[in-house]
Amino acid sequence: MSSNGLVKASRKRLINLFFVLIALVGVIAWAENTGRNASFAPQLALDLQGGTEIILAPSLADGAVLQEGQLEQAVEIIRQRVDATGVSESSIQTQGSGNNAAIVVSIPGTPDESTLKLIKASALLEFRPVLATSMATNSAVGGDGSSATPSAPPASAPIATSSAKPSSGSDLNWVSKEIQAEYDALICRSSADSLAADFREPGQVDDPAVPLVTCDREGVIKYILGPVEISGSRIEDASAAARTTNTGAVLNEWAVSLDFDADGTKEFAAVTKRLYPLTEPLNQFAVTIDGYVITAPSTNAVITSGQAEITGSFDQTSSKELADQLKYGSLPIGFEVQSQSNISATLGTSQLYNGLLAGLIGLILVVIYSLFQYRALALVTIGSLIVAAVLTYLVIAVLSWRQGYRLSLSGVAGLIVAIGVTADSFIVYFERVRDELREGRPLTSAVETGWLRARRTILVSDAVNLLAAGTLYVLTVGNVRGFAFTLGLTTLIDLAVVWLFTHPLLQLLAHTKFFSSGHKWSGFDVQSAAVYRGRGEFKVSALVSEGKAKKASGEAIRRQTLAERKAANATDQKEID
Amino acid sequence: MGRFSKFGNSLYTGERSIDFVGRRKIWYSIAAVVLLLSVLLPALRGGFHFGIEFRGGSEFRVSQAADQGTDLAISTIESVDAALNPIVTTVGAGDLRIQTEKLSDDASEVVRTALAKAYGVESADVSSSFIGASWGEEVTGKAIAGLLWFMALAAVLMALYFRTVKMSIAAMAALAHDLVATAGIYGALGFEVTPAAVIGFLTILGYSLYDTVVVFDKIRENTEEVEFSETATFKERVNLAINQTLVRSINTTIVAVLPVAAILFIGAYFLGAGTLKDISLALFIGMLVGTYSTIFIAAPLYSQLREGEKKFSKAATKVVAAR
Repeated sequence: MSSNGLVKASRKRLINLFFVLIALVGVIAWAENTGRNASFAPQLALDLQGGTEIILAPSLADGAVLQEGQLEQAVEIIRQRVDATGVSESSIQTQGSGNNAAIVVSIPGTPDESTLKLIKASALLEFRPVLATSMATNSAVGGDGSSATPSAPPASAPIATSSAKPSSGSDLNWVSKEIQAEYDALICRSSADSLAADFREPGQVDDPAVPLVTCDREGVIKYILGPVEISGSRIEDASAAARTTNTGAVLNEWAVSLDFDADGTKEFAAVTKRLYPLTEPLNQFAVTIDGYVITAPSTNAVITSGQAEITGSFDQTSSKELADQLKYGSLPIGFEVQSQSNISATLGTSQLYNGLLAGLIGLILVVIYSLFQYRALALVTIGSLIVAAVLTYLVIAVLSWRQGYRLSLSGVAGLIVAIGVTADSFIVYFERVRDELREGRPLTSAVETGWLRARRTILVSDAVNLLAAGTLYVLTVGNVRGFAFTLGLTTLIDLAVVWLFTHPLLQLLAHTKFFSSGHKWSGFDVQSAAVYRGRGEFKVSALVSEGKAKKASGEAIRRQTLAERKAANATDQKEID
Repeated sequence: MGRFSKFGNSLYTGERSIDFVGRRKIWYSIAAVVLLLSVLLPALRGGFHFGIEFRGGSEFRVSQAADQGTDLAISTIESVDAALNPIVTTVGAGDLRIQTEKLSDDASEVVRTALAKAYGVESADVSSSFIGASWGEEVTGKAIAGLLWFMALAAVLMALYFRTVKMSIAAMAALAHDLVATAGIYGALGFEVTPAAVIGFLTILGYSLYDTVVVFDKIRENTEEVEFSETATFKERVNLAINQTLVRSINTTIVAVLPVAAILFIGAYFLGAGTLKDISLALFIGMLVGTYSTIFIAAPLYSQLREGEKKFSKAATKVVAAR
């Protein structure tokens, strides 16, 4: 590339960076002014800002006792669910023991209704065959769905035909007189404000081996369901997605897709095989969550793939919420919110301000040291660090809005350490350029060659950091996950700043007279002692003592590579010719 | 032209050279002593002192007392036992939540009474209970699994990039040294291990490996085709690479440590105990140790692992004979 082209290309990069910064500012300002939960001030974590403490008490059936390990299991599941909402570094711990045991969840900020639901819903998912229903279904699994013609609802509830022991989950002999009476007495209420109809206790856990009389979530249809055929623990993965038609068009309907594990796949195949030949409503199976029917499609095919889709009055938020709950498993017991109160920051603002003050003092020291070391070049370092700081600040503001990222004191310390790693990229680069100058190149070409070599080093060392961040983010929970996020973020910003700011700026500066002449304040005045000029030529400064010079050129000869020696020999040959 | 930059010039040309690789026996002996002390000193002190986030503890709640401030709670607890190091939070409208390390029933009663007296409330308005670890075994287990996976993947990445497993081995040895040494210094001084300190350790892990990779990349460049060189041996080239990156190592370390030192100073002298001190101390020690180990352990060890390889030792014999 011509030097003119280089200048143009580097100007273009700087302009691109400028646009990225403007775009970030614009996005945050737009989001803030349109009432979205965004702000130029990044959200702070529990330790710095405080938040909400929610005490969850187990709701147990009368006479039931807490099993060993159930509380710890619940803590683990709640932690994963909370982590799935973003990088907020919440604290979840047990409190007390025996009958007074509870789980204390501390989360930054004020939780909304859906967060609370996510935390406390036991999300016990079960598949039960339908024995009786008050309304026919119009949904189906397998086939194209068009064959599911709603039939007239049965005029009256079915009655057990005999008192014989039921032979399968779909056997109507499950419907005893008591169940029959319960079903007839049940009135489903459609309550607009809450999904909790009053016929169920909050946190009620049903016996999986007996039939269940219940309503759907909307409180419209009532059901008698057989014993549990497949439990939610057979779910390997769950995700939420918009439904699509056969032609691929996206519908405004949301569904939760389930992947069963090996056992679940077999069980699901067996159930669909048994239900498929039956008539309505016995060919329906119901998906229940915490005892409420979410959906009860009829079976139109035998499904052996181990994949199922739950549909029914979901929107984007509620389908994601359910998928997150299912993915991390159902809580072993139900919980009720015992108290919910604001808590103050554990560290107090003095720690944050002193931390920031310390960071500022550190930065000033870095600036002084760079000026001492790199003279005018230090301005590039300082400029780059300022760009990195602004970029980090803006990205954190965007992430605290989009990803629920919150800055903890450990996060602040991580960012301060990042100053070192970011500055190292410049130092590696500058030292490489100096090395190339020592080889006798003019500054413009030294910048290009130095960059090619430094680029490799910066890329591989940042790759190691990104690997650390990625691995830890995927595999860990809580604080460590928050740390991994910060590390990954600062590494990417380091790469962006070096590529879009430091390098193009240095390219431009290399064309100025001040720098290219090797002015003694430019930081690029490296010619002294022995200068290795490549191709076997050595310029030995007259200033150094003879012995020293001899030693130096000897070392330089030792450092010649094979290619250089060959080239040197070739030059000698030419001269002889 | 500063003297330091002249120093850089002379290191680059080889006019001045510090024999890092040749004196490796000295460095290894120092490392052995450091590692031994890192195990012995904390053991003599009775192991690491883990914070309540790891072990669980006791919790006290004082009703309607927050308007009297949190400092009173801290001084009250410390008057009972100065080593308790309480975490005080206000909850809701006016309650105080005080967490300390796990106390016996008798000790809890003493603290409860002292708190009631200090805040002038009825004894019944101060409740006490036990709390579980917020950083439980599950969190630790996942963190360790994540760490092991990362180290394995980083070793593979380095082996692929540098085209030799021996660089991974040398880098991991230095990394292990850093972790043990930093933990050892931490344990020897008897500081409390908090989640913040653990995060500090993880930061060091990343930083130490990062530093090693930067120097190793220069070694890779310098030792390319060294088996065909008639003027320099593998060992010399490795040593030259360390010398050539020495100015960078010193500059980077100073630039990285300055902000941490500022936090440490402010954290330790103006704020007393706390997250800032915990994290910056771990970082301060770890960064110095991380840079040290790259130069004095990773690079000499790598040279030692490879200089005996036939192609290098053959070439070295020739080079030495030709001198």
